[in-house]
Amino acid sequence: MKTQMSKQKVFISGDEAVALGVRLARPHVISAYPITPQTIVVERLSEMVEDGSLKARYIHVESEHSAMSAAMGASAVGARAFTATSSQGLLYMAEGMHYASGGRMPIVMMNANRSLALPWSIFGDHRDSLSMLDSGWIQVYVEDAQEALDMTIQAFRIAEDAAVLTPFMINLDGFILTHTYEIVDIPDQSKVDSFLPVFKTPNKMSLEKPKSMGFSTSPADNMEFKYQQHKAMLDAKDIIHSVDNKFGEIFGRSYGGMLDSYYCEDADYVLVTAGSVTGTARIAVDNLRSRGIKAGLIKLRYLRPFPDEELRAAAGDVKAIGVLDKDISFGYEGTIFTNVNSALAHLSIRHVSINFIAGLGGRDISIKDIEGIYQDLEEAVTVGKDKSFAKVRYVNMGVEIDG
Amino acid sequence: MVDIKKITAKNMTDKEFFFGHKACAGCGGSLAVRLAMKVFGEKTFAALPAGCMSAVGFIFPQMAFLNNAIISTFPGTGSMLSGMRAGLDALGFHDTHVVGFAGDGGTADIGLQALSGAIDRRDRIIYICYDNEAYMNTGVQKSGLTPYGTKTTTSPAGKNLSGAVTHKKNLFEIIAAHDIAYAATASVGYPQDYLNKLSKAARVKGTSYIHIYATCPTGWGISTETSVSLAKEAVDCGLWYLAEYENSTFKINRKLTKPELLKEHLLKQGRFKHLKDEDIKVIESERDRKWAQMMEKWG
Ligand SMILES: Cc1ncc(C[n+]2csc(CCOP(=O)(O)OP(=O)(O)O)c2C)c(N)n1
Ligand code: SF4
Repeated sequence: MKTQMSKQKVFISGDEAVALGVRLARPHVISAYPITPQTIVVERLSEMVEDGSLKARYIHVESEHSAMSAAMGASAVGARAFTATSSQGLLYMAEGMHYASGGRMPIVMMNANRSLALPWSIFGDHRDSLSMLDSGWIQVYVEDAQEALDMTIQAFRIAEDAAVLTPFMINLDGFILTHTYEIVDIPDQSKVDSFLPVFKTPNKMSLEKPKSMGFSTSPADNMEFKYQQHKAMLDAKDIIHSVDNKFGEIFGRSYGGMLDSYYCEDADYVLVTAGSVTGTARIAVDNLRSRGIKAGLIKLRYLRPFPDEELRAAAGDVKAIGVLDKDISFGYEGTIFTNVNSALAHLSIRHVSINFIAGLGGRDISIKDIEGIYQDLEEAVTVGKDKSFAKVRYVNMGVEIDG
Repeated sequence: MVDIKKITAKNMTDKEFFFGHKACAGCGGSLAVRLAMKVFGEKTFAALPAGCMSAVGFIFPQMAFLNNAIISTFPGTGSMLSGMRAGLDALGFHDTHVVGFAGDGGTADIGLQALSGAIDRRDRIIYICYDNEAYMNTGVQKSGLTPYGTKTTTSPAGKNLSGAVTHKKNLFEIIAAHDIAYAATASVGYPQDYLNKLSKAARVKGTSYIHIYATCPTGWGISTETSVSLAKEAVDCGLWYLAEYENSTFKINRKLTKPELLKEHLLKQGRFKHLKDEDIKVIESERDRKWAQMMEKWG
């Protein structure tokens, strides 16, 4: 890449960071179909395959359904497979996503978070990936380009762990992360090679041990497979922690595993976020803290498996919790909000919790908006004592929905 | 092409690769798979989409394939085969066959896009469509390859309509139009012709496609012991044809021999029993048009 600054540090976009991460992970097969704002990933990967710096087979599929289908074919013969998509493309893959997780194929996919039509919008929100939350894929949401690159490498190691064997989706906020340039440190290939061993799995077709895969089950057997799938996803939590720690030891950067908390220890008001908006929220917290308000922040890194225990530990005794969702499950509330409340319901105390719907279709979320959210939380604690308050609030629209 | 020994019913391997499955007695599709696997052998990685052959061959814990095999999504056979080929090549397993076995619906309808993509990429895969002329696995519904006048559960024959109202989609030529390396039609009624074509397909460097007419006693309303003879008769009376596309050229392998058998042939089958003379005339004139065109262009 031309924008090289030093041997290790480059000035690149989030998409390019993913592409560089993929190259370092040495996949055998890449199958992908273009969609904004993911395109730069597949363009860079194509160039790397062309110039020989990436020794992978690039399959020009005719659709996202086939991108996933080809990745599954590659994975089923024991090859390391990568794909990338966004929005409409992700939904077009929906059948294959459940298929890949049920088949325990550790495919890694980058998803550029983008709104879903209608109305058409190429800009970011989380409605695409959250609508696939139940598809059996591990889902991580990254905050910046460095984390995007690092997680691309970690993703293969976690997904391919024998105890996990579960496909892995890395989510980058469309445009905000995919197209923003940042200084990124590029790990050494030799270090990556020792961190990420060659892919080996017993779950494959091979000449030594011919196998039938993708079979059907009767009601007498199906639940056992689904239980194993669920268990593997739960077991992935420990692997996520250990892989993140190991990554930290080797590369000097780790991310806190399932979630990352900021000023939560003594916080009265905590906001829960996912993805790039966390960066904005950190500044809001700094501002509030300087004014003596005990604000805290939890970045949910993983949404599947869900960091329920970690969340309870981090936010056990705050006064109020806000959840910022770039998503709405029409007719109810934001999906992250539902998940957070379900985790907190296991605590003996009942929190004041409010859902803030923001950033749909790429609408900007400012530092001021987030400071306003904390103010809402503070007011809800006061008002909530004797009056009910709106549970779901659309930020920047003056609309509140009573819960 | 190197001269290799011709595989015949007499000298073919006794080894079975697709057995113990739960297909109906007399199933033409399972015969097509069985014969193909005898030609391709153990170094074969097969993918089968949802459809009868995957439904009868992969019921946990009893697996019917001796070789490697996987069920693909219904629309995704072509691309799954490409992924398997790419993966095997990347891992150094070049000396292998990657083969798809899909029904007419999984090929001509929902799987056509993925198949087109695979042919377009010239991937070294073999794709076999066993054409039983309807969606059998889900209970005999009409597909794009269901012929005119066929009674299916979604093209009923009644007061107003005599079954399916459209003719078979011309899939062989659609495939050939990709300028594929090798494509052929076959019938389970002409096994030697099929074996020859399988052998050719196994040697092709790029993509190959064989479309085999595969009788289905259950969906067609025919007795199991007539499965093979009716598949032969369909070719003899011109409702199906044996042809090849190679080096960008079409070739007819067998002339129309018994056109007069058409009506009798149709009326032997439950799915056509309702046909009136005028319906049979429609089928006949479509057959004649198609044959005249084929003989003129490829004969
Ligand atoms: C996406 C999707 N749509 C529909 C189905 C239901 N389905 C499974 S098999 C089948 C029919 C298969 O017909 P065909 O491909 O002709 O093969 P056959 O059963 O005749 O062997 C259908 C409709 C499915 N599995 N997946
Ligand atoms: S329904 Fe037809 S195609 Fe399916 S297994 Fe039975 S005979 Fe074969």
